This record gives sequence, C-alpha cells and structure tokens, in this order.
Amino acid sequence: MTTTNVDETRAVHAAVNDFAMKLANVNGTGSASANSLLMQAIFRMGVPVSGKNLFPSNIQGLPTWYEIRVNKSGYTARALDYNLMVAMNSQTYAEDIADVAPGGYLLYDSSWPLDPDMLRDDVTFLGVPLAKMCLDNFTSPRERVLMKNIAYAGVLVALLDIDLEVIATLLDESYSRNEKLLASNQKALRLGYDYAQEHFTCPLEFHVSPMDETTHSILIDGNTASALGCLYAGATVTGWYPITPATALMDNFAAFCAKFRREPVDGAVPGAPDSYRNNYLILQAEDEIAAIGMVLGAGWSGARTFTSTSGPGISLMSELLGLAYYTEIPAVIFDVQRTGPSTGMPTRTQQSDILLCAYASHGDTKHILLFPANPGECFDFAVKSFDVAERFQTPVFVLLDLDIGMNDWVVPELTWDDDFVPDRGPVLDDQDLAEMAEFFRYANADENFVAARTVPGSDEKGAYFIRGSGHNKFGTYTEIPAEYQEVVDRLKNKHASAASYVPAPVVIRREGATVGLITLGSCDLAVREAADLLSDQGVAADFMRVRAFPFVEEVRRFVEEHEHCFVIEQNRDGQLRSLISIETGVAIEKMHPVLYYGGFPLSAHQVVTSVTETLEKSR
Amino acid sequence: MKSPTKPIIPLAVLPKNELGLTVRDYEGAMSTLCAGCGHDSVTAAITQMFFEISMPPRDIVKLSGIGCSSKTPTYFVRGAHGFNSAHGRMAPIATGANAANRELTMIGISGDGDSLSIGMGHLAHLMRRNVNMLYVLENNGVYGLTKGQFSASADIGSRSKRGVANVVAPIDPILLGLSMGATFLARSFSGDKAQLIPLLKAGVAHRGLAIIDVISPCVTFNDHEGSTKSYRFMREHEIKEIETDFVPWEQEIAMPRSKDDAKEITMHDGSTVRFRSVPEGYDPRDRQKVEDYIREHRERGEVATGLLYLNEDSIEVHELNNTPDVALAKVPFEKLCPGSAVLAKIQESFR
Ligand SMILES: Cc1ncc(C[n+]2csc(CCOP(=O)(O)OP(=O)(O)O)c2C)c(N)n1
Ligand code: SF4
Ligand SMILES: [Mg+2]
Repeated sequence: MTTTNVDETRAVHAAVNDFAMKLANVNGTGSASANSLLMQAIFRMGVPVSGKNLFPSNIQGLPTWYEIRVNKSGYTARALDYNLMVAMNSQTYAEDIADVAPGGYLLYDSSWPLDPDMLRDDVTFLGVPLAKMCLDNFTSPRERVLMKNIAYAGVLVALLDIDLEVIATLLDESYSRNEKLLASNQKALRLGYDYAQEHFTCPLEFHVSPMDETTHSILIDGNTASALGCLYAGATVTGWYPITPATALMDNFAAFCAKFRREPVDGAVPGAPDSYRNNYLILQAEDEIAAIGMVLGAGWSGARTFTSTSGPGISLMSELLGLAYYTEIPAVIFDVQRTGPSTGMPTRTQQSDILLCAYASHGDTKHILLFPANPGECFDFAVKSFDVAERFQTPVFVLLDLDIGMNDWVVPELTWDDDFVPDRGPVLDDQDLAEMAEFFRYANADENFVAARTVPGSDEKGAYFIRGSGHNKFGTYTEIPAEYQEVVDRLKNKHASAASYVPAPVVIRREGATVGLITLGSCDLAVREAADLLSDQGVAADFMRVRAFPFVEEVRRFVEEHEHCFVIEQNRDGQLRSLISIETGVAIEKMHPVLYYGGFPLSAHQVVTSVTETLEKSR
Repeated sequence: MKSPTKPIIPLAVLPKNELGLTVRDYEGAMSTLCAGCGHDSVTAAITQMFFEISMPPRDIVKLSGIGCSSKTPTYFVRGAHGFNSAHGRMAPIATGANAANRELTMIGISGDGDSLSIGMGHLAHLMRRNVNMLYVLENNGVYGLTKGQFSASADIGSRSKRGVANVVAPIDPILLGLSMGATFLARSFSGDKAQLIPLLKAGVAHRGLAIIDVISPCVTFNDHEGSTKSYRFMREHEIKEIETDFVPWEQEIAMPRSKDDAKEITMHDGSTVRFRSVPEGYDPRDRQKVEDYIREHRERGEVATGLLYLNEDSIEVHELNNTPDVALAKVPFEKLCPGSAVLAKIQESFR
C-alpha cells in the first residue's frame, strides 16, 4: 500500500461544480487534444474552469500532466487536491495514486492488471480496458494509440455528466475537414462513454452541472492575447528569436498579421501574390541581441515595435536595453518567464526575472515593468505598453509567465474602443521644427521629464547623433560631471513619474484586517482564494496585487499599514519583496516572504499554510 | 551648445550640386581622430560622394557601432540623423531602422573589430537578409580605440607596434560575404579617393546590402614596418586590375557606351557599373571565379581592390517580405488596427 502525498489535515471536499482532476499521460501520445476537449466542454457548459498543462521539456516519451479544476465560485488556481486521477502513464502510477485525495477516484487502463500493492483503500479504482477496446475497434496502429485518449475522455464525460451535445459540437468543429477522423473520434468517445455507463454509477457525486457563468467569457492563453494586443496597438516591426514559452506570442502575432494586416493593392488581380502588401515586418533574428537591436532601430525610426522572449533572452539583451534606456528609445519587451537560472526548466513557470528586468543592463538603469495576471490583462497591458514606451521614450517590459502565456484561461471577453487614439508621446514634425529656433534632443523636458524627439527623415533641423556614450542635454558628447549628471538625474525622475501612468495596484480590503497580502501576476487567483480561506479561519487579510513598477505611493503605505505583511511570489529570493524595499524605502523585515518556486503554478493552500505558520510563530 | 564644427572660411565660390548645396553642406562636426588617420579620408570621400549625387541630407540615415571608425558618422552630413550604437551591434539596429523606414538611404560605418569579431554574427546575417544599405568597413587590422590590439583582419605575420607577430588566421570580409550570399562586395583603400568615390556611389545605388571593405590605416597603432595595413604596404601591394566606373542612370544617355569589351552590369535603378581592364576570365557575377581571384592575390601578398562581386538579381529584405513602398512607420493607425467588430469576430474562435 502506498503512502499518500495528500495533506490529511486539510478537509478535502468535492461537490457539484467544485472539484479537481489530474490527467497523467506520456507526452507525444496525443492526449493534449482529449484533455483540452474536456476543459473546453466544461467552459461551454457555463462553469468556471481552468486547465493547467504541466509538461516536460521534451518532444516524446516523458511524463506529462494536465490538471482541470472546476469551481463554481471562480477559484480556478491550481488545486493540489485531486478528486479524480486519470492515470494513463504506468511510469508514474505510484506517485499518481499517492496524489489522489482521500475518498477520490482513480481511472486506469485495465487492459493490464494493476499491482495490488499499489491499491489504496480510501480511493475507488475504476478500471477500463482502454487499450483492448481500441485494439478491437481500430485497425491502424496510430489510431489505436490516439483513440485511447478520446476513449478515456468518453469515460469522463459519463462520470462527470458532461453534456454530450457540447462534446459532439466540439468534435464537429475540430474535425470538420476530416470526416474519417471525426468518425473515429465519435466512435472512441462512445466506446468509453458506454463502458462507463454500463460498469460504474454515473455520474459521480461530484460532477459538472450547467451554469451561465461563462456566457461573456472567452478561453484564451496569454501569448495569444498579448499578440492580439500588439496587433491592436499598431505594432509593425518585430525582431525575435524562438524560445519556450514565448514562441507562441510571435507565432500568433504573425498569424494575426497575415489575416488582418494585408492591404490590397488597387487594381491588382485578387489572389495573385502581388495583390496585397504586408503592413508589418517580422524579423526572425540570429539571437536575442539582434532581436532587441532590431527593436531599437525600429523604435528610433518611429515604428511601434516589440520583441518576445524569456529569461535567457533578457540576459542577452541587457547591453542594448541600457542603450535604449540612456538614449531614450521606446521599446516593448514581452518576457514570458520560465524557471531559471540558466536554461533552468524551460517548460515550467516562475516569476524570477523581476529584478533582472527592473535593472537590466550595466550602470544606473531602471525600467518600467507591467505585470498582467491573466490573458485578459495581457491584451490590455500589451496595448498600454506601447503608449507608455512612447510617452516615456524608454523600454517597457511586460512580464508574463509560462502559466499565463501557455495555459488557457477563462477571462471576460476582450473589448476595444474604436475611438482609441494611441499615445505616441512627444514627437516633433517638420512644422514643429520650423517654429523652433533650434532643436536639442534632451533640452526641453516636459512635466514627465521627457523631451520631445525627432525621427530619422525629419527636417535637417531635427537631425542629431544619438549615442550611448556620455551626453549632455543637447545630445552632444560630454565627459563633464555636471552635464552628465543632469541627464541621468532626469532619467531617474522620468522613471518615477511613470508611476501614475501605469496600471494601479488592485486592492481588496477586509474589515479589521491586520494582515496584508501583496502579490503579482499569475499568483492573483491563488492569493485571493487564500485570503478567503484565511478569512474562514478568522484571519482577516487585505489584498494588494501590484500591476506595475515604478510603484505608486500606495504600495509603501500598504506595507506600513499592516502589522503583518506577506509578499507572495514565485521565485526563491523574494524579488518583489526586495524591489518594494529598495524602491519604497520600507524595511525588508516588514514583509514576510511567501515563496513558491518549484516550477508549477501556485495553489491557495500553499499560501494559507505559509501565512498561518508565520502568524503562529509570531504569536 | 553644439559640437565643434569646421570654421566656415569664406572661400572662393564653391561649386553647387543639383540641390544648390555645396560640399560644406555635407560635412559634419570636426574630427577628433588622430591626424593622418585613414578613417578621416574615408569621411572625406563619403562627404564628396553624397554631395556629388545630390542626396538631400534629410534622406540619409547614418549608423555605426563603437570604435574610432564608428565615431566618423558625426563627421559627415550633419543634416542627417545618426546612431552611434553599441560595439558590434550596428547591423541589427540598422536592420530595424530600415524595416521601419525603407524610404531613407542608409549608410553604416564600422571597424574591423566591430564587424569581424564582436559583431561578425550580425554581419553574416545582415548579408543573408540583404538589408538595403551601404556598409563601409574601415579596416585597419587593429582595435584603434582600445589602443592597438590585433583585430580579426590582421594577417598572419603582420607585426604589432611592439613587434609581436600575429599568429591566427585573418577573416576576409569579402570571402565571408561570398559564402553568406552578400550581393555587392567591394574593396578599396582610404588613400584612393578616385576609386573609393565611384564605389560608394555604386553602393548607394545597389538595392540590397553593399559592403565596401576599405583598408584604412591606423597611423597611431598600425602604420609601421611589418604591418600589412599600413599606407606603405597598401601603396606597394594594392592591385587594381578590376577598374570600375559607376555611371548614374541619368548620365547614361549623355555618355557614349564604352567601346572596349568591358563588362557592364545594370543596377536596379538603371545606373550601370562598368568593369574596365578586367583580367581574362574574370566575371564579377561568378562567385567561384571571384573567390579564386581573391585567394590567388592574397597568396601572392597582394590586395585586390575594386568592385569584386555583384549580384544583379539582388532581392532586398522589403521585397522578400512584400511590405508597402511607404515606410511602415508612416502607415496610419487606422490601417493597422482592425477595430472592435473584428475583435468580436476573432473571439468567436475562443469559445
Ligand atoms: C561590449 C564592449 N566590449 C568592448 C568594448 C571596448 N571597445 C571599444 S572600441 C573596440 C574595438 C574597436 O575596434 P574597431 O572596430 O576595429 O575600430 P577602430 O577603432 O579600429 O576603428 C573595443 C574592443 C566596448 N565598447 N564594448
Ligand atoms: S587610433 Fe588609429 S584608428 Fe583611432 S583615430 Fe588614431 S589613427 Fe585612427
Ligand atoms: Mg580597427
């Protein structure tokens, strides 16, 4: 008998529209489409749901898991308590069996017997001869493997009372162009479904029941949403280098551009290769140094431009990020964070590039960072990032992580205001120049400490030589201390004044709270759930999610106001906590670190455990 | 406050170009390089070239990396925007600038350290992408700005000022270009304006990347006995078998066609490049022949100069990507943003 991984002290419950399941598979066997089919069906039934892919950095043969959490109240952060395990990978049977919550169920392929030593008497084992069923019903070796996945999906449809109509529609949509594959899928689904109806009590006590909570929501990942934001913001030039988990951001941008950025050429024969022109140029660079170089060249020349990368790419970009900062060139950088250091775990999530991005490059540098919490904010912040970059003439980082970037999230429908006018920041055209006696690049700063720029091709009066070497406010070379300092001091003020332009923190207060929870990005749902759980335990906690750096004054006040402040983030060193301390001046000891950095998304239980332990100790 | 410029001494009336500008209008700040530095001669040739082709200064964009050579864009065409970037990174920055605004004429100045060591990867990919720009590599065999270390173009056996001989193989940007698919490869000498100016003009007319490797002696660190990038060495070892003329297309009608069997290649804009006194069997469009020719001379200790290779079918980065003729930076927002109705439609697939 195996020992359980489950924390026995935690009350585990499951109910209609409130449960979690985990599907253990071997990667490269086609399980992904079956798993997302289930998640999508639950979404279409109007029930809040999340699907998290915990996958290896490998193409075929290693263990991979998919977690689905169904929660009628919208708490869809990672669950950790699995009421139902779909154990399809014999390599990981032991740990998967141990992972089931007491009173839960485990579905396995009974074509082969299960080692009796592995059984647990607090778990119900549901055996379905999936491999045998597929062997008997399909002829091609490929189908026999692939259809096993759809067959277990069929079993789950029965066990969880998932709407068969919804599933049928989804299959129709997916395989509308391949009738044979559609027929096979339908058959496999039916095999699993019928077997379950015949052999088990369906549905289980926890299952899905239709709601109308997702009517105005969409299912989207952060890479797609960010790409859409860039499309809508009017980005035209990009430089990039492939890297997990950021690659899909540019792939999606390219796909959107191919659809929505092709301008027909007047009088050309429709369909001919010369019948349209591309209002975009995507450059796959030789490395990330070149990628950011291309962005700088394009930003300097007046285009809206961005790159997408992950931690290793930011390390390579560092030198030119300092050049952009010092010469004041707008640039947008998406960092879809993964687990570091070095190559780290490329397919695992983390929030460990916060300090790297905040101070990227040598010398005194400071950058603007935006921290979206979900794909909905990815879209909004992507649009915003270009405005901020051009208003403040500086690099702006949008920090996603793998969980946001690559997993599908249920978020409110994206909206667009057709009256939106991009903020291009202060740029002088020929007419402006004509009205000036003389133009000096950094001389006439506005209330945000930003001086109007000119772009190449402007009137000769606006021409200047932009340089990363020491320069004075006129833009000319200098080695004079006072002249040099005047410029870098203004840059510091400029950074600070961006605080009121970037998204403000989200604050949720509770009566009489003495505890404060500070977090960022994808920790959002887990920490909000934790605040509710703590409240159930009699601990009232205020919640603050910072959404950008530089920080507004409110961040410092929030820390000072609370007797016990916790900073919850996904890295080893408490990077947000350090940044708050360095930048607001509050003592670092004022904030307890709550750190989770193993590479999987955060769960509310981890937060609750850590917070209560600390509070008990301080009593 | 402005950077120092050359004093304007009212000389006898200076000739004017088609725009009514004089050569002084194509000058920049006063050079701060060592007196006699080859780079200053290249600056003078570039100044003269832009004057002669009557290019409006505002249509020019200048870029460089870091090094003595990379300082020079300040010293010509003050009316053009310039970017003194980071060591070795001019190529990607130029690529982005050109991507955003293809309407401008781009000239990049780099050194042998900038281009062949720290920035060689970028140079190789700039060649592959065929970005439409004139790339002048001011090649002195040393790192001037960091005081005379050997660069990657130093020949084996070439001696440093302290007498140490270089022992590692040199990189020849022209041979590199031939293998990377570069479309315009020329070599010249900073002391030879008569050859350099027509090459620069041809480079501007070329649609795609035009590389000119200009041997440009460093008088402070690499102009001594035993150096293969000194004035003396170049005067004694330069081979100009391939003399090239550049004929702008407007002048074609007026100029009688050459009667000898010189090779003539027509560029995209209708201008022509004529190869005179070409050695037997040499074809500037035949990569293999060009490579053999350069290697043979190199083995004899000679430096072959002139327009060495030209691909008349050059397709540059914008043509490859089917972008509009107008600068992408100028495409109005209304054409770029698909609007709320489209967003609603896109989201139907996210249900
Ligand atoms: C990242 C980085 N490393 C090193 C340097 C120092 N550095 C400045 S110029 C230079 C070499 C320049 O040589 P070259 O490109 O041949 O130009 P030259 O001065 O000879 O014209 C070096 C190594 C730097 N600026 N940046
Ligand atoms: S050190 Fe050499 S390359 Fe630099 S300015 Fe002096 S002569 Fe020119
Ligand atoms: Mg050099």
